[in-house]
Amino acid sequence: MKNTKKKGKPHIVPKTWKQEIRHSWPLYVLLLPSLILAVIFCYIPMGGLIMAFQNYKPWLGIFGSEFVGWENFKQIFAFRESYQAIINTLIIATAKIILGLIVPIIMALLLNEVKHVGIKKSIQTLVYLPHFLSWVTVAGMLRDILGLDGIINSFLSNFGVEPIFFLGEAGMFRQIAVLSDLWKGFGFGMIVYLAAISNIDQSLYEAAEMDGANRWQQTIYITLPSILPMVIVMATLSLGNVLNAGFDQIYNLYSPLTYSTGDIIDTYVYRQTLVNGQYSFGTAVGLFKSGIGLLLTVVSYRLAYKFAGYRIF
Amino acid sequence: MRRTSLSRKIFVVCNTAFLIFMALICVLPLLNLLAISLSGKAAANSGMVTFWPIDFTTMAYQKTLHNSNFIRSIFISFARTALGTLFSMFVITTAGYALSKDFRGRTPLMWFFVFTMLFGGGLIPTYILNTSLGLKNNFLVYILPGAFSCYNLILIMNFFKSIPKALEEAALIDGANFFTVLWKIFLPLSKAGLATVALFIMVGNWNEWFTGILYMSDTKNYPLASFLQVIVVQGNQQDLALDPTSAAAMSERTIKAAQVFIGALPILLVYPFLQKYFVTGIVMGAVKE
Repeated sequence: MKNTKKKGKPHIVPKTWKQEIRHSWPLYVLLLPSLILAVIFCYIPMGGLIMAFQNYKPWLGIFGSEFVGWENFKQIFAFRESYQAIINTLIIATAKIILGLIVPIIMALLLNEVKHVGIKKSIQTLVYLPHFLSWVTVAGMLRDILGLDGIINSFLSNFGVEPIFFLGEAGMFRQIAVLSDLWKGFGFGMIVYLAAISNIDQSLYEAAEMDGANRWQQTIYITLPSILPMVIVMATLSLGNVLNAGFDQIYNLYSPLTYSTGDIIDTYVYRQTLVNGQYSFGTAVGLFKSGIGLLLTVVSYRLAYKFAGYRIF
Repeated sequence: MRRTSLSRKIFVVCNTAFLIFMALICVLPLLNLLAISLSGKAAANSGMVTFWPIDFTTMAYQKTLHNSNFIRSIFISFARTALGTLFSMFVITTAGYALSKDFRGRTPLMWFFVFTMLFGGGLIPTYILNTSLGLKNNFLVYILPGAFSCYNLILIMNFFKSIPKALEEAALIDGANFFTVLWKIFLPLSKAGLATVALFIMVGNWNEWFTGILYMSDTKNYPLASFLQVIVVQGNQQDLALDPTSAAAMSERTIKAAQVFIGALPILLVYPFLQKYFVTGIVMGAVKE
């Protein structure tokens, strides 16, 4: 965590706070803008979470609203809608995590087998692109492509299939969400694996070839074990996302027709609070989510450190 | 040279074909969008357009670019992206430099910042705070709340850590202070790293749509991303997009396609530069010390 290499420091090594401030005061000054912004925009809202334990009324404010203890949290599982949103979140997020982990690894391994540099570079250029498009753009495209006159339906009509309103079908929403997320992210997810693969010592492959190993065996016994630490890091870190099903995406794709399968915690909180005015209840649902998320993230960082020596900073 | 077996050759061909197919999957939706935006009304509405325009016309673009609300939202997007990126870079570069040094209190401060990545106040407490700070219907809401990002801070800190310490030591011994070292040594030496982070922030700012919807009561103050969210996703054309007469003459579908494409255009334009840098950026962020 701490950079302990002392020899790089200038010759005066500050011993007391007084000496440290005389020596390093510019560093503290440079930290001020970040510190102020973090306190105002990150930490003060955390204090506002107290309203999850209140019956918050906008006209009474946080200091005047009545405290109700854990009442709001008890209702989370009592309401069918919030319960359903939690279930949907778990299903969509888990599917995204699993596919988002496996597909980039497979694609990176396959891309590594392409030896033609031009083709390889062109493929990389194209598959990274969707990551940088906003979900509004992607939702705009999906709504057109999956629409009644969209390219998918006109393709299907060649086989006599009646037009389907894909985004209005509750039974298809999760699949569309998971697949479009995969489409947007798999290329970008490959980067870390491609970097890990390019760091592998080439002499390992030469030695394996001498011993008569074919490409498949080289992949199984050299490439995969070499990128395993990176796979472990990515897998454990993604654990923290089990309750993140992706607000930007879902909000731009779902509709009342697909609430039953597509409504997630974040979209539910948005509707309960800013649309329906259930501020305290919505905040309680949000706190429930971020509390569990914090716990999972801490656990996942510990695991990533334990198994792969990964540190956040 | 070792022999290339027949099965290997077949694998290489199939593998390359498969990967090219996957690469095309990533861009064909954009091509479809572009083709629709450049097609005639009848062809677009009947769903005949695939990846090449039918009855080529630029009417949809002309209409869109004559829409003063659309143009205004583009200006707002550029303004918030430019100012937001500058301010954010200032905030995280200064802190990133400081945190790349050893000093008393560094570790607790680092945890103080990292905790903001792990936990937050959530929608409503943030909304109440920003509103009580007077940020509702205020352009600064696009700049201030999102300026600090611990993730980008760590990226920049790692770039600075990779700069040889001897340079800084020499300057400090010669009587320079930390400010001069940052300005004269670290910034010029980490241009590539700073460019990566700046490009990430720019893309993020350009794509951000929720703030406008949440904090602006008048759609005239929306950036392009929020504007598009309302017309494309919520399907609300009335007050934002077009006057009714031209709406009747034009295909709503080609206009929507043109608008979405224009929204993605700046991203497509910076993408070549972005691609040059972000691979190193991602790897730098993952590899420590």
